Amino acid sequence: MTAIDAGSLAVVVPVRSDGYWTSVGRRLIRDPVAMAALAVILIIVLAAIFAPYIAPADPFRSSIVRRLRPIGTPGYWLGSDELGRDMLSRLIYGGRLSLFMGVTPVILAFVVGSTIGIFAAYVGGWVNTVVMRIIDVFFAFPSVLLAIALSGALGAGILNSIVSLTVVFVPQIARIAESVTTQTRNRDFVEAARISGAGTLTIVRVHVLGNVLGPIFVYATSLISVSMILSSGLSFLGLGVKPPEPEWGLMLNTLRTAIYSQPLIAALPGAMIFITSISFNLFSDGLRTAMEVRQ
Amino acid sequence: MSGTAAELDPRDRGGAGTPLLDVRGLVKHFGGKGGFLAKKTGVVRAVDGVDFSVAKGETLGIVGESGCGKSTTARLVMQIIAPDAGEILFDGEAVGSAALDLKAFRRQVQMVFQDSYASLNPRLTVEDTVAFGPRIHGASAASSIAKAHDLLHRVGLEPRRFAGRYPHEISGGQRQRVNIARALSLEPRLLILDEAVSALDKSVEAQVLNLLLDLKRDFGLTYMFITHDLNVVRFMSDRIMVMYLGKVAEVGPSDPIFERPGHPYTAALLSSMPSMDPDNLTLEAPLTGDPPNPIDPPSGCRFHPRCKMVSAICSHAEPPLSDVGAEHLAACHLANPNSGHPRLAAV
Amino acid sequence: MSSPSSSIVEARNLTVDFAAGRGSLRAVCGVDLSLKPGETVALLGESGSGKSVTLRALMRLHPNSAKIGGAITVDGQDVLALSPAQLRAYRGRIVSMIFQDPGLAFDPVYRIGDQIAETVMRHEGCSHAQARKRGLELFERVRIPSPERRLDNYPHEMSGGMRQRAMIALALACRPKVLLADEPTTALDATVQIQVLLLLRELQREFGLAIVFVTHDIGVAVEIADRIAVMYAGRIVESGSCASVIRNPSHPYTRGLLASRAHATLAKGERLYAIPGSPPDLAAPPPGCAFGPRCDRFIDGCAADVPENIAIEAGHEARCFRLSALEHGSNAA
Repeated sequence: MTAIDAGSLAVVVPVRSDGYWTSVGRRLIRDPVAMAALAVILIIVLAAIFAPYIAPADPFRSSIVRRLRPIGTPGYWLGSDELGRDMLSRLIYGGRLSLFMGVTPVILAFVVGSTIGIFAAYVGGWVNTVVMRIIDVFFAFPSVLLAIALSGALGAGILNSIVSLTVVFVPQIARIAESVTTQTRNRDFVEAARISGAGTLTIVRVHVLGNVLGPIFVYATSLISVSMILSSGLSFLGLGVKPPEPEWGLMLNTLRTAIYSQPLIAALPGAMIFITSISFNLFSDGLRTAMEVRQ
Repeated sequence: MSGTAAELDPRDRGGAGTPLLDVRGLVKHFGGKGGFLAKKTGVVRAVDGVDFSVAKGETLGIVGESGCGKSTTARLVMQIIAPDAGEILFDGEAVGSAALDLKAFRRQVQMVFQDSYASLNPRLTVEDTVAFGPRIHGASAASSIAKAHDLLHRVGLEPRRFAGRYPHEISGGQRQRVNIARALSLEPRLLILDEAVSALDKSVEAQVLNLLLDLKRDFGLTYMFITHDLNVVRFMSDRIMVMYLGKVAEVGPSDPIFERPGHPYTAALLSSMPSMDPDNLTLEAPLTGDPPNPIDPPSGCRFHPRCKMVSAICSHAEPPLSDVGAEHLAACHLANPNSGHPRLAAV
Repeated sequence: MSSPSSSIVEARNLTVDFAAGRGSLRAVCGVDLSLKPGETVALLGESGSGKSVTLRALMRLHPNSAKIGGAITVDGQDVLALSPAQLRAYRGRIVSMIFQDPGLAFDPVYRIGDQIAETVMRHEGCSHAQARKRGLELFERVRIPSPERRLDNYPHEMSGGMRQRAMIALALACRPKVLLADEPTTALDATVQIQVLLLLRELQREFGLAIVFVTHDIGVAVEIADRIAVMYAGRIVESGSCASVIRNPSHPYTRGLLASRAHATLAKGERLYAIPGSPPDLAAPPPGCAFGPRCDRFIDGCAADVPENIAIEAGHEARCFRLSALEHGSNAA
């Protein structure tokens, strides 16, 4: 036996360490910015879910006489819109569609894009080259233009808007997935697994997935803000949600007319989009920091 | 030294006289062909006709500078990359033949890499890493873990304290112990150590070298020990092979190589070692310039542009490995009395 | 030891603290260092010993979150009090640095000759032609073959040893008085390492440079240094002339390092002496002497207090309570 037990002098530590995600969670909780961002996201999400219980008024009930009331009017805390509907209620209800249309394409693209990217990277060779060149074609278009073109071609509507945004994000996620997987499969521990005689599927399952899904997930969360802005943009252009549904992008459009008389009210949906997307971004930044394993 | 342990090994096929590993005419060139949308590059002659053997129970040290092909040789033997030419016999059987398929070969040959961190999956605990090999070869989860704990104990890591930890939570020396335990988990007969102690702190390096000596004795192992550190290679090896630009420059038992190097390159390597004597500092560098690029190596003897003993013959004739002592060969015209090298008369 | 007035580098009770998690971590705890012009001192230690942190503190290269305490005087200037503008003039002009990885010194997208010329022009305000001429002189001086042509190379077009020489040329471009070397030969092959060490020795004599040379390799330290300072867990535990430290190692850590080297006199199959355990976690250092838990001479008193420097002979001192015990007992080697 060795003369020296390297461990015997180390500080005694718990027999079993926390799992990776537990320690990520612990680090995330210590990050005040990420926690504040998460709190904002949770408030907006909960408000959207429980909208019927907390919204003070019916978001569809309009009133010709009470149009464009200023912020602070009794009964209309955040004023009223160009059709006299309660802004606060519409903002709360609007979160439902805005969040749904912002988050859904990212989830779908995460599933599809990771699969494509990991597959291409692990197979390698000409398959990888062909897949990635096709992906590059999508990159030639700015994402806004691509989303508008696809939505325009598919026609207006919630479903088509989600489909076109998914198509916009799949190449971006696939590219990240491909590069992370390529890095991982060239690491020594994958080589060590190969020389242990492990098969491809075992290596992907045990050694690749665990190391690549995290970084791809972080990247995907950072896309949520872009997705929200794009889906609002589509609605603003009339390619997404149709009136009178409350949706922040669409509200921004219909309140255009009020921009000189009640600029603060016209800016409210934009502020909501801004706050939500920046919260997702800050949370994603915090998550990325928390996931960096110290060496 | 060639071990009694090896003779007791039930897996032995060829008997004590057959080398455990016999490599003949190994060649690997990289690049050269312009691929699809890829620029045509020069051919890197990483390994260019290498023959060697490793006897059962011995340690063969492989030394040389960067670009000499020592790590590529290890990867070729390990079948991580496919050779362009050459034959690898393991205990008398050709690797990949019906008698010894790749999977069976890999159970008997394992490797420890230089970078202790990169060679461990950061998401697996120490015990899961060590148990991975037995698990994929069909052992039950419980017996794999039991085996992992036993091996962790053997490499000096108390399982109670270390089994559940992750690679980033332990020190570099401890990680390399885990890598050694992982390599041993398939009960290999040959262990390839590719710069396995080079990244460790000196005080920890000594611990791991001692551990390797103990494990070799306890498990009846055979080592291929690749390093650039000449002190370490002498301490560890029975025989040493010196490589230069993809070729074997010299091979032989370790003490004669250090005391009477047969190749001018080996001599230069040895005198490049720091002197450790403040009153006798090195005054002149034994070699000038950097090791040349293995793309487009020099003609004849590949060492001739840097050699102090160079003569006309060296640039056009490639010297064969010639005897300079008992089982001690050097690829230098000076080692061959019939080569016609003008300095032979003087020597 | 030299009096402060004659030394070009003078660090007194140097401490460096980094923020780590919620607390802080003391990477350097009270280092005293003094160098005369033309002198080379090797800071010898393993990872986490604080040798590189000490070196970077002399150049104030740490991020603002790191707290540097104590006093550093280089060439009569109070380094810790320098304004940003003064610091720019100080770096490169008075003190410059070479690294293990030349990639840290060179920008990959500019020609090496232009990078050297740009540095000279910035510090000396001379013309591009003059600066270029200086670059050529330096390339000849560090013996880069066909220097004229090599000035037009990009960093990636050079081999490792040549990049290292080019980095030395860059570091010496403005004729500094002090050169800080952070393991500059560690990544090099042995045959190239000795060439670079000999070159540094030569340049030092010629320019009268003071060199602080950080390394983990005793052999390299012996080859380059006049004095050796052995660092462990943020402190210099032993320092003295090179010959004195090698021939009469006094701190148990130094003795262990020397004894654990694989060397020619070992018989086949003999075990190496190994210092047990691993270097301490700086976030939770052991009490008293930081080497205590790994020391074969440990007594309870060692954990009570940090040992002071004790003189062994002129200019050779060590921080150990058990020096007298070591003289009587033989070490494990």
